[in-house]
Amino acid sequence: MVTTVPPSAIDVTDTATGKSRVELKNVSRGFGDEWDREEVIKNLTFEIKPGDLTCIVGPSGCGKSTIVNLVAGYDTPESGEILLNGSPVRGPGKDRMVVFQETALMPWQTTYDNVVFGPLLRGEGTRAEIDKEARRLLDRVGLGDFKKKYPSQLSGGMQRRAELARALINKPLLLIMDEPFRGLDAMSRPLMQEFFLRLFEENRRTNLFVTSEIEEAIFLADRLIVLSNRPAQVRAIIEIPLPRPRQFHMMNSPEVFEIKKQALEILHEEAMKSFRGQAARGDQGRAQAHP
Amino acid sequence: MSAVTTLEPAAPPPPAFRRRSKLERTLSNAAFWRGLVGLLAFLLIWQAGGFLHTSLGLEVPFFSKLPAPTAVAGAASEVVVQSGYWMSWVESVKRVMAGFLIAQLIGIPFGLALAVNRYFRDIFFPPFEILRPIPPLAWVPAALIFWPTNEMSIIFVTFLGAFFTIVINVLGGARTIDVRYLRAAQSMGANQWHLFSRIILPGTLPSIFTGAAVGMGITWNVVLAAEMVSGGGSQSGGGLGFFIWSSYMGGSMEHIIVGMISIGIAGYLSSALIRVIGERVMPWRRAF
Repeated sequence: MVTTVPPSAIDVTDTATGKSRVELKNVSRGFGDEWDREEVIKNLTFEIKPGDLTCIVGPSGCGKSTIVNLVAGYDTPESGEILLNGSPVRGPGKDRMVVFQETALMPWQTTYDNVVFGPLLRGEGTRAEIDKEARRLLDRVGLGDFKKKYPSQLSGGMQRRAELARALINKPLLLIMDEPFRGLDAMSRPLMQEFFLRLFEENRRTNLFVTSEIEEAIFLADRLIVLSNRPAQVRAIIEIPLPRPRQFHMMNSPEVFEIKKQALEILHEEAMKSFRGQAARGDQGRAQAHP
Repeated sequence: MSAVTTLEPAAPPPPAFRRRSKLERTLSNAAFWRGLVGLLAFLLIWQAGGFLHTSLGLEVPFFSKLPAPTAVAGAASEVVVQSGYWMSWVESVKRVMAGFLIAQLIGIPFGLALAVNRYFRDIFFPPFEILRPIPPLAWVPAALIFWPTNEMSIIFVTFLGAFFTIVINVLGGARTIDVRYLRAAQSMGANQWHLFSRIILPGTLPSIFTGAAVGMGITWNVVLAAEMVSGGGSQSGGGLGFFIWSSYMGGSMEHIIVGMISIGIAGYLSSALIRVIGERVMPWRRAF
């Protein structure tokens, strides 16, 4: 079941950076040997349009993190290809920055040192230029007064914002967010979503956002890619017709209700398959999905 | 229908804090006083046990042969003015430090190499794992024969005591670094050397200091035993282990206990030193 709604008229102001296209063509990845094999992704094909925020949702354990690893270049597809602006992805690179689950700020570096890490490592620009940009970004994410604090001294929301700053200073063509707001409390989560939306809507840097929260996906995304149970395949592509800038009250519209209902039906169906699959394989101890 | 009453938060009172000195904070800490009570109770029971024997003539098991704390304090006050006692300190500290530092210098690179290079690990880990369970003291006879001087034998055995613990800690620490740190760094353009120097090394520091703290404890164990076994002849020149052994030979229980307490203090001071250095080197571990 694919619901196609015409995309909203988006004002894409074309700047040099951040407007890139990502294509996955027949991408497959499995793990294990021929006797004990688990196909995680099978012939996965979809596209992330320039300047779009594309959300991937799927039942837990369906292979979302594998997709992140492949697009980021930490892992290589067994067949098929991943293209960034037409050229194939080979290994990790600064053109694709990942914001990790639960954050991956280096605990031994201050917030500031975490942010300047990439540019300093690559020796891009003078120290003064890097410093200026880091300060601007830290101010932008509201951490101007926390430069010298270590990640462990920041709250969950602050850590996410610091990690966003660390990613953005590298001026990536694609920002990959792997369930970035997971683990935040019920108060900080909507705040971070809104903060992130404003940041995204400023310059519309192409964004691949992985989440297991359907409401979060609808609130943030231009397009929703709903994945099937393992091996992950595209079950539905749903365009979110909400205008930007997004506001929380839009989530109360009948359209959103309808989208949510459809997406949840697919997800539920897939989750049930996964559940039955696990129950059948349970005695072999090969249940792969997260509890 | 709902009624919502909102209240403006009251203005906070002006801060009335003054940064207190470390001494003030210690003295106002209940845990400090509890610790002091425990220590005094320990000494009191010890003294009372001796009193029952010496003054009342009661046979109290263990206490009958144990000199009272006051007697030990008396012996200690005589001993601390003798240069021989302090020479024992110097000798033992020199051996501990030599064995410990050599173990660090070899153990940290060795552990890191085991962690980052699969081939190195495949080759060197099996012999390492076979040698590791051998208690350091089992090496003493072989060491005495192998090394030309007693001094070198003692340092060698001391080194072994710390080495295996250090390597195992470094290896474990480096292998359990969160892969996301490495990935994030790779995305930001880190090469192999960057990954090693900027991620693996700082990420392993906590384990290096854990290994150092445990290794230091073992080093003191080993050096004392080695000094007793090898004897403190003119060649090997004493040490606290020999101090205890010669007190035993001389039949002075008071001096044995002075020696034992000296080792307790020495061990405590070396652990404290490692802790202080650790806090300096890893400021993020202090952060709250």
